[in-house]
Amino acid sequence: MVSGKLTELLAKYGPPCSDVTRLLSESLDRPLSVRERLKVRVHYFICVWCERYGKQLHFLRTAVRSNPERMADQSAPEPGSLTPAARNRIKERLRQ
Amino acid sequence: MRSGDLSDPQTWLEQHGDYLYRCAMLRVRDATVAEEMVQETLLAAFQAKDRFAGQSSERSWLVGIMKHKIVDHFRKSVREQPVSGDELMNDEFMGLFDKDGHWKIETTGPKEWMDPSSALDKAQFWQVLKRCLDELPPRTSRVFALREIDDVPSEEICAAMKLTKSNLWVMLHRARTHLRQCLEVNYKGLTS
Repeated sequence: MVSGKLTELLAKYGPPCSDVTRLLSESLDRPLSVRERLKVRVHYFICVWCERYGKQLHFLRTAVRSNPERMADQSAPEPGSLTPAARNRIKERLRQ
Repeated sequence: MRSGDLSDPQTWLEQHGDYLYRCAMLRVRDATVAEEMVQETLLAAFQAKDRFAGQSSERSWLVGIMKHKIVDHFRKSVREQPVSGDELMNDEFMGLFDKDGHWKIETTGPKEWMDPSSALDKAQFWQVLKRCLDELPPRTSRVFALREIDDVPSEEICAAMKLTKSNLWVMLHRARTHLRQCLEVNYKGLTS
């Protein structure tokens, strides 16, 4: 456990959550530097919310990649299927 | 000649047309372009059918081809455009934090999610996720789909969408933050 004093100091001088969430998001797009990783680790001592945020972003990624069919099936900025006309146009074009 | 376990190409439009169309809509958000993407995908698939390795299903093979067609489409059609505050969802994002940049713990601090993977079987989870995704500004949702759903590397997305890396990363950060929050608030199954 971290002592109350240290917690206070970290909260005061450590990076704000808005910054830590940015690093957590970027860690999904690029490798973080050692310094950046340390910053996040230290912040976790005092902030369970950012730790949850990080875990949940991972979950979100796993979720949308796990089931592309499910994602697509929900995709209905209507119409959710090819119109008969569109189908015919494609058929026509593929025949050539 | 070898073509794995592909079915008769003449039946592809019938079997996969609507599915491909929905996949395309999710990414391009425009009916005409989505139709075009289905057509180009099927054309390319006809031409490449002898190279089908049989390691994935016919459908995921087609989706894989479509992913490239969509990135190509963006590369050709997207022009450089400054990123707006709306697109970065500045107001929404700022609202999550207090003046020192810390979570407003009682209200916006991320809650503990109990067994989130059990949500993956629930139709309602996907409906909520989709609704949350639709709330994103169009370009933000496009880059989110490319990066998170299709796993296209940042460099390729930047090149196709004419974005700098830092702009792309801010857009993704805002998109993920919104989706996380929106899911937590609207899909109760995560926190109870």
